[in-house]
Amino acid sequence: MNAAPDPNAKISVRGLTMAFGSYVVMRDLNFDVREKDIFIIMGGSGCGKSTLLRHLIGLKEPETGAVFYNGENFTAASGAERLPFIRRFGVMYQSGALWSSMTLAENIAMPLEEHTGLNHREIRDLARYKLALVGLSGYEDFYPDQVSGGMNKRAGIARALALDPEVLFLDEPGAGLDPLSTRRLDELILRLRDSLGSTFVIVTHELASIFAIANHSIFLDTDTKTQGATGDPKTLRDSSKNEAVRLFLNRGEKPNTAKTP
Amino acid sequence: MRSRETVTAFPPQAVWKEEEGILQLELSGDWKLGSEPEFSGESHATWPDAFQTAGLGSFDSTLPAYLLRKLREADVANPTLEGLREDLRGLMELALKVPERDEAKTQRDQAHGLSRLGTLTSNAWLSLLSFLDFTGDTVLATLRFFTGRAGFRARDFWLTVQECGAGALPIVALISFLIGMILAFVGNVQLAAFGASLYVADLVGIAMVREMGVMMTAIIMSGRTGAAFAAHIGSMNANQEIDALKTFGFNPFDFLVVPRLLALLLMMPLLTIYANIIGILGGMLVASTVDIPPQLFLTEMLTIVDLTQASLGVIKSFFFGAVIAIAGCYHGMNSGNSSAAVGESTTRAVVTSITAIIILDSAFAAVFTVLDI
Repeated sequence: MNAAPDPNAKISVRGLTMAFGSYVVMRDLNFDVREKDIFIIMGGSGCGKSTLLRHLIGLKEPETGAVFYNGENFTAASGAERLPFIRRFGVMYQSGALWSSMTLAENIAMPLEEHTGLNHREIRDLARYKLALVGLSGYEDFYPDQVSGGMNKRAGIARALALDPEVLFLDEPGAGLDPLSTRRLDELILRLRDSLGSTFVIVTHELASIFAIANHSIFLDTDTKTQGATGDPKTLRDSSKNEAVRLFLNRGEKPNTAKTP
Repeated sequence: MRSRETVTAFPPQAVWKEEEGILQLELSGDWKLGSEPEFSGESHATWPDAFQTAGLGSFDSTLPAYLLRKLREADVANPTLEGLREDLRGLMELALKVPERDEAKTQRDQAHGLSRLGTLTSNAWLSLLSFLDFTGDTVLATLRFFTGRAGFRARDFWLTVQECGAGALPIVALISFLIGMILAFVGNVQLAAFGASLYVADLVGIAMVREMGVMMTAIIMSGRTGAAFAAHIGSMNANQEIDALKTFGFNPFDFLVVPRLLALLLMMPLLTIYANIIGILGGMLVASTVDIPPQLFLTEMLTIVDLTQASLGVIKSFFFGAVIAIAGCYHGMNSGNSSAAVGESTTRAVVTSITAIIILDSAFAAVFTVLDI
């Protein structure tokens, strides 16, 4: 029997088992994401981080268990019942996944046209503002293939912000970016959290980013096929009871000796 | 080829020998690609208890690859690397660090004979079911559109209309003009033998409006537009753009499939009528070279090509258009996540739609015969 969800948590996951057919990826995941958390999903390559993200946003159905938003069952909702949930979150995909036949501004405008009654000019202004937030002023009329990979990712974040979501999901925001861009992205995330009060769920394995921004995390352990630990990554690095977690967060070096003075 | 010339004077050797119950493998010489090592005393599925590498010169990947193969054959749990030279041992340890994935092995083992036949059959059945499922969903989405509960961007629709309508005019014109000419040429040769050349007009007219016009248009559109649908939607899928649609609450069916289906349903009949006219003009041109003036050709043709005959091809064109759009979108939506998969889905879209069009056309022929039209 699954435990009840925490009604105060933004997202609660209870007894979640993820599988492709008979191949179990992860079993029995339980964690809570509180409001204004920057929550990291981490783990080795191929351990199911992105798959967990897909479960959280409803692109994949859990084998067992459920995902709750504000205590309401998201997994049990189907079809049109999911729309109110979906409207409350924004997703940035690994490569940005901007709609390639539209300009950056149109990409942001599309969800607004669909879900709000705003007029053309208001939508245009909002799109311009969201692009400005991620540092892409002046790129409104560029197509996704005309700007760089990092810009695509930032435009992806701008699109995820389009409907002023309560929760933002970012899939590997730093992957493939140079260190400075990653740093700027981290600052952007922190600033958005502080000024918009958004909750972030981020899939990443960039340790520098994790320690810079996260206050909560889950570690998916490939060997045991379940969660290795949850908590603040800095605490986990120094004092997790799970050795795999400490090794991961210390880049495989002997825990507690790798710290620079 | 230069590297082969530099193969040395020390031929590589692998000598397996047993001394006092200990199986030893002695490796010597220079192991280089293409140097054809000599094996002696080797037996299948064994792993030595110790190695001797005193005579070993330099080596490239040939030697570790050989050892790894022997190890996989022997399938021992904790293979000894005792006595291997340090550099070789390092490479072997690196290769053995992560054990072979069990699932990968079983997947390979299962791919034999009957089980493969069974998998193929059940896959074929499943893909037929999913295609029908997709067709049903498309019909539902189209109904949703007409009852005003679903929408797409008007611009997407008009772009598709332009692309698959006006964009196809030159190629459709060329092909149907040539088909009309071919029909007239071939028909005239036969009919002239009976002194009935004039009936070339009837032959070209009937063949174009009932069969060739719509058929050629459908085949051109499969290769042109159906393939484009599959490739476009397939790469959107690979780039997670379809996921993005879903998580913004858009139904990909409403958004991607319906406008394409409607565009083809609108343009296929128009293109078919256009192809019919151009084809008949082609026939007329050839007929005028065998002393049938266009005016006569037209008068003769209209004695038999009436509105009923002319409508048959147009009726078929609706169905063919639906088949092309659904096959293209289906294979695009079900494409895998790599560029190779997108190419494959494009091929499948074209093959599926051309096959389905020919089958449908035979069914229509049977029905029209029964109805005596």
